Amino acid sequence: MNAARKLACVVVLAVCAVSLAANWLAPAGYAKQFREAPSAPPSRQHLLGTDEVGRDRFARVLYGTRISLLLAPAAALVSTALAALIGGLAGYLGGIWLRLARGFTDLFLSLPWLFLLIAVRALLPLNTSPLVSVLITFLILGLLGWAASARVLSTSADALRNSDFVLQARASGLHGPRLFFVHVLPNLKPVLYAQFWISIPVFILAEANLGILGLGVAEPLPSWGSLLRELEGMISFREEWWRLAPLLLLIVVMTSFQTLLSNEEVTA
Amino acid sequence: MLLRKTLLWKIARSFARQLGAIAALVLLGGLLSATFVRLAPGFDSDERQLDPSLNSESVRALRQSRAGEHNILGFYVGYLRGAIHGDLGTSHALGQPVQNLLRERWPVTVRVAGVGLLLAWLLASTLAFTACLWRRPAYELFGTTVSGAFLCIPAAVLALLSVILNAPGYLAIALIVFPKIYRYSRNVLAKAYALPHITAARARGLGELRILAWHVLPVAGPQMIALAGITVSIALGASIPVEALCGLPGIGQLAWQAALSRDLPLLVNLTVLVTLVTLLANSGADVINYMLRPREA
Repeated sequence: MNAARKLACVVVLAVCAVSLAANWLAPAGYAKQFREAPSAPPSRQHLLGTDEVGRDRFARVLYGTRISLLLAPAAALVSTALAALIGGLAGYLGGIWLRLARGFTDLFLSLPWLFLLIAVRALLPLNTSPLVSVLITFLILGLLGWAASARVLSTSADALRNSDFVLQARASGLHGPRLFFVHVLPNLKPVLYAQFWISIPVFILAEANLGILGLGVAEPLPSWGSLLRELEGMISFREEWWRLAPLLLLIVVMTSFQTLLSNEEVTA
Repeated sequence: MLLRKTLLWKIARSFARQLGAIAALVLLGGLLSATFVRLAPGFDSDERQLDPSLNSESVRALRQSRAGEHNILGFYVGYLRGAIHGDLGTSHALGQPVQNLLRERWPVTVRVAGVGLLLAWLLASTLAFTACLWRRPAYELFGTTVSGAFLCIPAAVLALLSVILNAPGYLAIALIVFPKIYRYSRNVLAKAYALPHITAARARGLGELRILAWHVLPVAGPQMIALAGITVSIALGASIPVEALCGLPGIGQLAWQAALSRDLPLLVNLTVLVTLVTLLANSGADVINYMLRPREA
């Protein structure tokens, strides 16, 4: 691992650790309103100032980071599992199944990702509780983000289907689910890991886009998307520089992920 | 003569197969979108039903107006029948015929996404060619850093920043699409430059521009053309947050409004349109590549 990747790893772990310690670092919480100080600039009491309704922005950034960084991997897990099931199984079965799966993934991939996301997200109830909205948002990301990974996995599984060890296993009488789960799937692990890690930053960005468009996590629960939405009312960068804190943090985390993933993308 | 006939027959068959695949995918895309909308919880709800000035008769009439959409297959067959006769239905939310809405909004998206795409290609190819032609670490570092920075910023944030900075919407689209084009084209060019025949050409003293035009572009060209097809879809996707947040009345903004108001006829039409444009762009790239492919005499 080179120095840049080590630094990126330290940054991601540090941000995760700080966000997990939000309860201690920002005991006031993300929803408490300091009504005497709405839209306040940074001070010793509020490190990043307060928002329009007087909530501590530092606390909201910490809690929002926690939500985005914990749930994006969960969504990536769902999408990778789906991709393994659809792409891996289709590649392993081959023939008509492979053609059908590829047609279906092509259909998903032919639609712009953001168009698909806003269409499906808007169809689900928007007036849900904040916790349910978080789960819905990330579940949708997981359920709709499988297509690109499935395409890669179906190609890998298709190559494995005709490999020597699978042929030998077939000749020994092994077939069906046992052959797939015991011999084919473990050999897809490197591709699965790569797809899982690649999906995380994609989902973080997608959640941010949904949040800004008003289709993400519901208030008062913060996420990077809802925090970035505050930029909408911004007038001047110079006078309100502290409002850029969530964006800077997102850029730092995404850059770290990109540095970490430079090898994974080659593997995929 | 026979060879020419066989070739023409091959091209016609491949073209027909491609068109068939496009038609099937577009029809399936529309059906998929219609099914999603129909299965959505609260599909039946209409904001107008909450209007206290409406009496029970009017509310019942409103419900009745959407009764035909309950059977999704029936709705879709009806929609297709209307589409053949040039009737794309009426938008529930905007109360206008869909074809009028598309006709009004389409030019805005074509202009904004088109100019954005052009700018993105200009910026990305300039940076990628500079990095590969002059092979200085500083150019490489500059291109990678700039594209990496824009890859880390959500499309909607770039749209918001363009509003704050009073920048045109097409600039936001250009900055969203540019890093993707740069990363891919730079990799393709670097791979082409690493081929042994390029080293041999350099050893023979050929100029860099001649090497690029005669030896690198024929290798990297087909992949760049394929990328051009894909970027149309990326630009269309980017036009949703840009048009929604910058207040540009195009297809992207219409898609956002349709999604928020669960407007089934509009959503189905937009899905069909977006799928069609994406597939046509990709197929167009395939056709260009097929025509440019060198053939044995």
